[in-house]
Amino acid sequence: MDDDAVFKALADRSRRLLLDRLYRNNGQSLGDLCEGLEMSRQAVAKHLGILEEANLIAVQKSGREKLHFINPVPINQISERWIGKFELPRMRVLSDLKVSLEKKPRK
Amino acid sequence: MASSFVYVTFIRTTPDALWTALTDRGFTEKYWFGAHLVSDWKTGSDWKIVLKDGRVADTGELLEVDPPRRMVIKWRNEFMPELKAEGYSRCVMEIEQVGEACKLTISHSIEKDNAKMIEAVSGGWPRILSNLKSLLETGQVALPEKL
Repeated sequence: MDDDAVFKALADRSRRLLLDRLYRNNGQSLGDLCEGLEMSRQAVAKHLGILEEANLIAVQKSGREKLHFINPVPINQISERWIGKFELPRMRVLSDLKVSLEKKPRK
Repeated sequence: MASSFVYVTFIRTTPDALWTALTDRGFTEKYWFGAHLVSDWKTGSDWKIVLKDGRVADTGELLEVDPPRRMVIKWRNEFMPELKAEGYSRCVMEIEQVGEACKLTISHSIEKDNAKMIEAVSGGWPRILSNLKSLLETGQVALPEKL
């Protein structure tokens, strides 16, 4: 998917709050998600639409209800792209350090 | 209350190629971090995940197989006693063509609150799916060795 859409969707406090709520309790309906929030139902629905568009949430029907699930796949892709690639060099540095520290001192 | 997770990824490929990627032994080995899937992929058949060292990680039965669209797996972990004790989970894989890409939806659930099984698979699926996506789109996996 489009990384821009993911970053844009994440660049909003209310949407991150909704993701946090789904992280704590996955598979909630619009009504569940509105509970205790100061946002209107329409505003929550609009934010959920943007999150779904960015593939950060998945919506599944369960009887008459639509349940929202957090979808960590795009965030994982960003993490691999921006964090994972830095790990290899770091591991190499650590393993070089280990080799050089464990080398017997020269006499 | 059940515990469940849903994972969605869009992959620029065809439904047939994606189905093969989900079922072919050689292909699964490349993105399941060395583990591979074994089954004849028919409804009612046995199914298992075998680790690189030959240990059987998970077993189950294929409840529905409808290539290249939908598969339902009855799934239980075998080598971690606390996960095995939770019994069978249900994993549904669905492929839907969206424009030039395929939408792959994986829903994994178990009839148990705060199931450890779901917690365990939830750590694995995003990385497996990222690997699968880059393998199909670029021919390479992003993180070949980690799990």
